[in-house]
This record gives sequence, C-alpha cells and structure tokens, in this order.
Amino acid sequence: MAFEGLGGRLQGIMDRIKGKGKVTEQDIKEMMREVRLALLEADVNFKVVRQFIKDVSERANGVDVMKSLTPGQQVIKIVQEELTNLMGGENSKINMSQKPPTVIMMVGLQGAGKTTTAGKLALLLRKSHNKKPMLIAGDIYRPAAIDQLETIGKQLDIPVYSMGDKEKVETIVENGLKYARENHLDTVIIDTAGRLHIDEDLMNELKNVKEIAKPNEIMLVVDSMTGQDAVNVAESFNDLLDITGVTLTKLDGDTRGGAALSIRSVTEKPIKFIGVSEKMDGLEPFHPERMASRILGMGDILSIIEKAQMNVDLEDQAELEQKLKENTFTLDDFLAQMDQVKTLGPLDELIKMMPGANKIKGLDKVKMSGKEIDHVQAIIRSMTMEEREKPEKLNISRKRRIAAGSGRSLQEVNRLLKQFNEMKKMMKQFTNGKGKKKNPFSGMGLPF
Amino acid sequence: MSLFNRLKKKFSGKHTDEEIENKESDELIDELDDGLISLEEFEEWEQEQIGYKFRMGLEKSRERFQAQINQLMATHRTVDEDFFEALEEVLISADVGFNTVMELTDELRDYAKLKNITETVDLKEVIVEKMIEIYERNNHISEEMNMQDDLTVILVVGVNGVGKTTSIGKIAHRYVKEGKSVMLAAGDTFRAGAINQLQVWGDRVGADVIKQSEGSDPAAVVFDAVNAAKRRGTDVLICDTAGRLQNKGNLMKELEKIKNVIKKVDENAPHEVLLVLDATTGQNALSQAKAFNEVTEITGIVLTKLDGTAKGGIVLAIKNELGIPVKFVGLGEKIDDLEVFSAENYVYGLFSDMIDETSEENDE
Ligand SMILES: Nc1nc2c(ncn2[C@@H]2O[C@H](COP(=O)(O)OP(=O)(O)O)[C@@H](O)[C@H]2O)c(=O)[nH]1
Ligand SMILES: Nc1nc2c(ncn2[C@@H]2O[C@H](COP(=O)(O)OP(=O)(O)O)[C@@H](O)[C@H]2O)c(=O)[nH]1
Ligand SMILES: [Mg+2]
Ligand SMILES: [Mg+2]
Repeated sequence: MAFEGLGGRLQGIMDRIKGKGKVTEQDIKEMMREVRLALLEADVNFKVVRQFIKDVSERANGVDVMKSLTPGQQVIKIVQEELTNLMGGENSKINMSQKPPTVIMMVGLQGAGKTTTAGKLALLLRKSHNKKPMLIAGDIYRPAAIDQLETIGKQLDIPVYSMGDKEKVETIVENGLKYARENHLDTVIIDTAGRLHIDEDLMNELKNVKEIAKPNEIMLVVDSMTGQDAVNVAESFNDLLDITGVTLTKLDGDTRGGAALSIRSVTEKPIKFIGVSEKMDGLEPFHPERMASRILGMGDILSIIEKAQMNVDLEDQAELEQKLKENTFTLDDFLAQMDQVKTLGPLDELIKMMPGANKIKGLDKVKMSGKEIDHVQAIIRSMTMEEREKPEKLNISRKRRIAAGSGRSLQEVNRLLKQFNEMKKMMKQFTNGKGKKKNPFSGMGLPF
Repeated sequence: MSLFNRLKKKFSGKHTDEEIENKESDELIDELDDGLISLEEFEEWEQEQIGYKFRMGLEKSRERFQAQINQLMATHRTVDEDFFEALEEVLISADVGFNTVMELTDELRDYAKLKNITETVDLKEVIVEKMIEIYERNNHISEEMNMQDDLTVILVVGVNGVGKTTSIGKIAHRYVKEGKSVMLAAGDTFRAGAINQLQVWGDRVGADVIKQSEGSDPAAVVFDAVNAAKRRGTDVLICDTAGRLQNKGNLMKELEKIKNVIKKVDENAPHEVLLVLDATTGQNALSQAKAFNEVTEITGIVLTKLDGTAKGGIVLAIKNELGIPVKFVGLGEKIDDLEVFSAENYVYGLFSDMIDETSEENDE
C-alpha cells in the first residue's frame, strides 16, 4: 500500500467542488476530516492532531479558502504552513560552551540510535567546526555497548574514554571530563545507556550525570518510526532533564515521521538533526518544510506550491488562467513563468510528484533541465516585445537574428516555437472544458 | 462459553466443574506428594506468575488506556459520530493499525445500528470482543513455535535497534532451560560491536556462537552455522541478522540470500522466521511486516519493549491483514524478560478493568 498522502486524499473532494464553483463550510469540514486522517496515519499523536485541526479549521474558514479558485491547494498550503510553523525554524547549531570543553549528552530509549548519532556528531563537529571531539562510553548496561562505541571511535579516529562496565556512570563521566580537559579535547560527547522514560532509577542516573557534566547540549535521540508513544517519551525526558535538542533517526526508511510533530509540540525544543543512514556521515540538518511534506505524504510538492506562490499572487494566477482561456498567452508570459519554474528544481522530477500528474497522458515525457530553460529564456530574450506577442510573424531572417543574438542554433529557435504552439494547444484543452480534465496545476503558476 | 467468560475465568481463578473432575484423575500425583508444593500447584503458580508479569508489564499502558476508555464513556454517553471518532482516537493511541481501526469502528457502527444500541456503555463489552475477534480471524499460521525433533533453525529479522539480538539471547535461554542444546549464528557482521554483543548473550545462556570477523559475508556465517549445527546434533540454531530498513532493496536481497543459503543445507529450514518489532513503533510496523514477509515469509513476531508505555497495537493490524501471529513478547532487558504471547492476555491487559467492571454488573 503506497501512502495516499494528503494530495490524493483531497483530490476526490476537489473534483466534487470543482463543478460547484463555491466552497461551503461543509466542504472545508470534509477536507479537515481528510487532513485529520492523513496526520493520524502518519503517526502524529492524536491530541496534537486534534489541536492542529482546530487551528487550521479556523484559518480555513476565513475568507481565503472560500473565495479561492483552487480551494484544495489553498487548504494544502494552510496545512503546510501551520505544520511548518509548529515544527519551528531551522536550527541545527550545537550549543557551544564559552570555555572548552563543550559537553553534549545523548539520551533516549533503547535502540533509538544514540551511540551511532554520538559518532556522527563527533565526525560532523570535527569536519565542519574544526573541533577536537572525544566520546565517553557511559553505557555500562547493554552487552558490548562499550565495544560498539570503541569500534566507532577507531573507525573515525576519535578518542573514546571508557572505564569498562564495572564503574558507576557518574564516575566515568567525571573522569572522562577531567581527561578531556587535560588533553585539550574541546568537545565531549557522552553516550548513555538507553532507558525507558518510566524507569525511575535509570532516569535519576541521567539527572546525576547532568549535574556532574553540566552539558551545553542534551540531545534526545528518537527513532522516527515511533508511534503515538512519542509524546510520553519526549515529555518525560524533557521534564526531567530539560533537553536542548532532538535528533530524529532512521529517516532513510519509509516512515512518514509524524513523531516529529508530536515531539516538537510537547517539548517545544528544536529538532536539530536527522539521521539518514547507518554510516557515520549520515547526519543532516533538520528542515521543517521538508518534514511537513513528508508527514503529509506529499513528496516535495508542498515546497513547490509554496515556492510558486511566493512569486505569484492570486491575482496573477487569475490573470494567467484568463490568458490561457482566451488563448492570449504569449512568449513573454512564458518567459516570466519560466523564471518561477527555474527556482523549483528539475522539472521532470517535479511533475512526477504532483497529485494527479499520472492521469495526464504524455506528461511523463516532458523533460526540461535547468540548462534547457536557460537556453529557451535566452532565445525569448533576444526577441522584441512584438515578436514575443505574435511569434507567428517570425520569418527566417528574424529567426536567424534571434539565434545569433541568443547564441543558440536556428534549429533550437524553431523547436521552441513549435513546442510553444503545442503547449498552447494543450492548455486550451485543459481550460475550456469540453469533457477534458481541468488542468490540475492551474493556479500554481506553472506553464503547462 | 463465550470468549468473554473465558477471559474472566482466566483471571478470576475460578475453575469449571469439568476441570475439577480432571483434577481428581491426577490423584496419583498427590500420593507421591512429599508435603512440599505439588507439581501441579507449582505449575499453576508459575502460570500465575507469568500472567502476573505480563499484566504488570502492561500495567502502565493499561492504566492510561483505561483512563481514556472511561473518560470516553463518561463524555460520550450516547452512541453517535462523535463517540466513534473519539473511539478511533483511543484505538489509534494504542497504535492499532490505521485501517484496522477504521474497520473496527465501522463494524461497531453496524453492530450498534443492528442492535439498536444507543448507550455507549452497552458497547463496552463488544469493543473488546471485536478486538480479539480481529486478532483471531486470520489464523493460517500456527501460534506455536514449529519445533523439530532434530535441528530447528530460527531466523531472526527486523529493522535497526528493535531488539533482535536481545530477543535471541532470551529465546535461547528459554530453550536451554528446557534442556535443549542451542547454537547462535552471528549474522550481523555490519553493526559495530554486534558480534561481541551476541557472544556475551551466548556466554550468558550457555550457547555456542558461530562467528566470523566484522564485515564478512553474513550468508557465509549462517551457512557455516547450519552445517556446524547439523554436524554437532544441535537442537536449536538461532540466526541473528543485521538490522535493515525494509525499503533498502540491496539489504533485503542480502536477507533473501541468507534464507536461500539455509535452504541449501536443509530445504525445510528455516522452520521459523521471526520478525522483531519494537512496541513503540507506529504505523510503519505494518510496512515492515509486509516487506519482510515478502522476502522471507515471516512465521511469527516478537514484540519487544512492552515494559514501556507503548502498547504495540499495530500487531492487531498485522495479524488482521497478514495473518502473522505474535509468538513472544519482550518485557525488559534481562534474560528472563520474555513471555509467550497470548492474545487474550494481551487484549485483556489493555482492557482489563473494563471487563471486570462489566462482568460485576452482569453478576448482580
Ligand atoms: N538506517 C539507519 N539506521 C540507524 C540510524 N541511526 C542508528 N541506526 C541503527 O540503529 C541501531 C541502533 O543504534 P544504536 O546507536 O546502537 O542505538 P542506541 O541503543 O540508542 O545507542 C543500529 O543498528 C544503528 O546502526 C539511521 O539514521 N539510519
Ligand atoms: N526495555 C526493553 N529494552 C529492550 C527489550 N529488548 C531489547 N531491548 C533493548 O533495546 C536495545 C536494542 O536491542 P538489540 O537486541 O541490540 O537490537 P537489534 O539491533 O535489533 O539487535 C538494547 O539496548 C536492548 O537492551 C525489551 O523487551 N525491553
Ligand atoms: Mg547505545
Ligand atoms: Mg543486533
């Protein structure tokens, strides 16, 4: 079962609304039900979902959606925005100490990825911050946990401080920090044993370690596949330790990762990093909008819409639709559209991710790289305004002039003109009904 | 006897007449009694301990779950859409699979309509019964471990960090206690320290560990192990594997290769392929079960970390959709923290107070 994602879920409702021309409160309620299901399916905690739906409904019931030409996309946009807001800004800075060493403490449940992430962080800090990191082997419980950390240390050529598994963790940490100071190692990462948030003894042990180590960063490591329980875990660790950041691991899997939202909303602490591989270079900064898209099961479509709408306001879109309808869309409009498109990434990739794209014949054959767009734009820019309005007037000598001016071949100029004509024909099919599907991208400012 | 009464009996300790009759035929054992606790009593006690432990493990989860159900009934006295939506949330909060929840609430909607039920209290009992029914519906794989008279090969698979190696240690201990000879194969040659971790468990439980160096071919390790187990006349061979996310094609291929290598030595093996699932995992566990099942034909699930507050409700969906039963549950990090799964205990654990309350009402 492929995840439907919010786009797919809303498509049906959007199809229904299209005929009516007006969005009612009931329509929005139905859309909100789909949003709710999409979030629950993505493992967002149900209480978080409830609050979220309440907030978003209020916004959606405001004028913007009701009046919109494209209510479905408008709802997606609002959901995306709220979701991104909830997840906070980008913040993948490690809190550094004024006076070395900077101390980072890894905490979390069993098997979350603490030890692996400790290694990854050490590598990252050495590589991009020029730090001299050291790891402390503070997991004295799990069989061969020390061995695991030492192997990682050897791999990365990063020192690991360990005293075996017979000493108390507090002692190991105290001595480890002393060792780091003496040896001018400016960054210390403490690996700790996994523990259940309800295990009072072991949670108290963490509290003791915190008091001894006075860490600048307490990093809660959470498995991104975690379900509804994520709120309990995050809340308990945060209440006791006042964590400073979160790393979500195993995002190289196919989980939707709703835990991100749950954790964020109960702790209000930044999610700083994501783990995307078992290997030591598999640590990346956290991007809220990407995560929002992922939770909604929409690939990167939401960032596309957002980017497109950053440049095109609703009026422009209406104007564009009008032009397409009346078939007065010119090469100059095309040029402007392409400027927006260029900010969006590889086109053929984008198209595949759009909801409903699979329904349009021939669209899979569209191929356009950033370079090709540059070439096309160069050609159009070499035309006069008049030529851009009425390309059919271009004779061979004008075409030669344009080719020379843009540094492209005559063939390329001809190909562009031919493609533009075909595109206009295609647009006409989409916009004037006649039993054909309406262009699902309309309003997105894309010239298809 | 309805399932509901069976459940009640199970936990109230009352026996049926039938059972008392059976007991009398055991008089011979009583004659041999030396005044210490009888074998039967011991077994019963042991049984209770297991049930107790299982319940304790779920106690924390149950408390929260229970509070929610009670609150649900208190805030929604009449059966309406709001009630079903709230019930959906309660089930989702236990990580019961999304589609299964929808299926369950739809069935309850129909049931309520059919029986003209308007008060939510009257649905309490049916909710539990439906849940157990959903678990028991799709029964094509045995819930028992498929043990052989000669060598039994068990392959253990799953994503990263779920508790494969730990569960192997615990399962090995279980069979060693039964007097079987057990061998372990260190098939995780990838993760740092994984081989040593298994070795520590092998030493703890008294099982030989067949291993090669880190980075070597896991299929080769497993092949060696099956041959060695055959040669030595070992009873149970348990093969550890590296954690792998189910969407990684190459790693899933590797797993297929491991399975084929086992088949090369013994075409009936592996006799059990156990998928280890972390109870804290949400909806993704279903995707894990599907993907691993495609590659290795899973015969059972080990549900770990039930000693936390997560409920692992996704196993209901897995059973419902794929027919794969849970065989063991993990309730901690120690050698004894493993129990045989019982659907009734499990669901009972989630709903215990609810059943007790309603049955008291019925008794009156
Ligand atoms: N695929 C993947 N595996 C990871 C990631 N982070 C950790 N792991 C794996 O998850 C398992 C548990 O990690 P470990 O660091 O031992 O967890 P700990 O018990 O919290 O210290 C190991 O198999 C790791 O290789 C990640 O971002 N992606
Ligand atoms: N609380 C608890 N922890 C467990 C349980 N099973 C395994 N663990 C812990 O989970 C972590 C990962 O276990 P491990 O066996 O190494 O996982 P593997 O990567 O799948 O082999 C270790 O810290 C184990 O001690 C369980 O049932 N309860
Ligand atoms: Mg660790
Ligand atoms: Mg392992």
